[in-house]
Amino acid sequence: MVAVRALLKTRRTGLALYGTAMALLPLMFSNDYYVKVLIILGINILIVLGLNLLMGYAGQVSIGHAAFYGMGAYASAIVTTKYGMSPWFGLLASIILGGIVAYGIAIPTLRLKGHYLAMATLGFAEIVHVLFLQLKDITGGTDGISGISTLSIAGFLFDSPQKLYILVWIVVMAGLIISINLANSRVGRALRAVHGSEIAAASMGIDTAKYKIQIFVLSAVFACIGGSLYAHMAGFVSPDSFTLGVSITLVTMVVLGGMANVWGAIIGASTLTILEEYLKGYEDFNMVIFGLILVLVMVFMPQGLYGAGTRVIGLIKRRFKLIPDTAGEESAAS
Amino acid sequence: MHFDQFLQYLISGITSGSIYALIALGFTLIHNSTKLINFAQGEFVMLGGLIAISLYSAAGLPLIIAIPISIILVAIVGIVFERLAIRPLRNSSNITLIIVTVGVSILLKNVAMILWGRDPQSLPAFTGDKPIALFGATITPQALWVIAVTVITVVLLQVFYKRSIVGKAMKASAINPPAANLMGINTSNIVMLSFAMSAGFGAMAGVLITPISMTGYSVGGFLGLKGFAGAVLGGLDNPVGAVLGGVVLGIIESLSIGIIDSGYKDAVAFFILLLVLFIRPSGILGDKVREKV
Repeated sequence: MVAVRALLKTRRTGLALYGTAMALLPLMFSNDYYVKVLIILGINILIVLGLNLLMGYAGQVSIGHAAFYGMGAYASAIVTTKYGMSPWFGLLASIILGGIVAYGIAIPTLRLKGHYLAMATLGFAEIVHVLFLQLKDITGGTDGISGISTLSIAGFLFDSPQKLYILVWIVVMAGLIISINLANSRVGRALRAVHGSEIAAASMGIDTAKYKIQIFVLSAVFACIGGSLYAHMAGFVSPDSFTLGVSITLVTMVVLGGMANVWGAIIGASTLTILEEYLKGYEDFNMVIFGLILVLVMVFMPQGLYGAGTRVIGLIKRRFKLIPDTAGEESAAS
Repeated sequence: MHFDQFLQYLISGITSGSIYALIALGFTLIHNSTKLINFAQGEFVMLGGLIAISLYSAAGLPLIIAIPISIILVAIVGIVFERLAIRPLRNSSNITLIIVTVGVSILLKNVAMILWGRDPQSLPAFTGDKPIALFGATITPQALWVIAVTVITVVLLQVFYKRSIVGKAMKASAINPPAANLMGINTSNIVMLSFAMSAGFGAMAGVLITPISMTGYSVGGFLGLKGFAGAVLGGLDNPVGAVLGGVVLGIIESLSIGIIDSGYKDAVAFFILLLVLFIRPSGILGDKVREKV
């Protein structure tokens, strides 16, 4: 029992368990549609992991990540359809484009605080959305771009959802490992200090501007990779997929899961993606139920699902005297 | 651009800017009392318009009765919203509350879709729609209503803040809630009042704009966004600044249609907004706050 608990406590075990579960998940579904949903889920998890680093650890709210998601998708679409290059160049182009734009935007934006920062990212995303619609020669306007080729490695085409899922799984696991390591590294501690008090962090010798910019760029690159994968899966991109609503949904996933926790990000992204998908059967009522659930969860579990979950587990443990009464509080704080 | 053309764009800019200003005012009221950004602000506008339409065309009430009832009903929605979703969470983090307002916004929008359907509907103009000529440009009577009501609202709000005891209490709670509480002000009632007023101003904007640009269940998001941008442009904590910001945003948008292309009007408006934020991060009239450790 003790050995099992000790095993569960190590980060690597959690990672391995999650990784195995996610790898086996598509085997449960014979239907391509569900595997596509799982791919979208993987993409959402990747973006939310990045956004969680920015919001949960560095404390910088971005309501504009749909812009990076979209830029990644469009970069891939344009490079492969207009220039006929390999989709891998598309992925590379989207990473480079996203990184450069994010860096350029981060320098003036991250000087802003609180709601003004949120507004600046929102404004940026709205401008990018208008550009998707209006630069018709490059982006195809409202029609978008279709006929985006699928990814392949050495002749192996990721041309079915099952095959592409493998790739998405690898990318999500990489993103997860990067996030976990970053959160528990010197950078993660520095970011948490910035979140607590930027001035105090700066006076302790932390280069707050540098860390904020780095994490913003990293989260943008995660979103761009997500966008690129999306473009190659769907074979089609249009401005409708990258609206303000998408940015808000991404932020909601972070908060719903519980901020500043990698597993919270995964839980938030999974819950909302699956809920949205499940409610599609309810026609007109689906978004009413969606909104109601969102409000209820936040009203009754303000720390998010992960926070509420660890709290319940702590209560159960104390009830059955698995741990002494004093312990179990750290879960709520982490 | 000729002068008369310029004037025409200016007039339409001031008209839509006045609507943004009323919405922006709602944002500052709630922000001042709770430090929140209420993402459901635009839904108040939508509800105001749609309820007035139903009272007028389905219940057959005259406009002069339908409009105030609609505003009061939406104000009640604001109060219920505050009591059920905001008050239980007053000790939670800001971002949690903002997500709650996102949830309420989704909820209101889709309930409205079920109740009123997907098609936008309209109201007749308050006093006919014969355009009035003005230095080579024209202005509709409804646009005059929009501008006049906004100006009167702003003036009355200033009187309310300066002269009435409730207004002063509101101002005090915005500056320092614990101190206001110690002075015997019931700050929790002030928060509720700010939601009621904010919802009421939103509904007013909705009623005013419906004869010009129709109202459907989905207009809230877009209008809320413009109002928020206006509020940030002027300074989120300053009602006068927010009104100014809303009007300026409307004018910039309208002129950019004339100068560049209508497809880019949102991009131009947000570009200016970003520029203002980068140069003056606290808005045109916002207070510069020095952060203490």
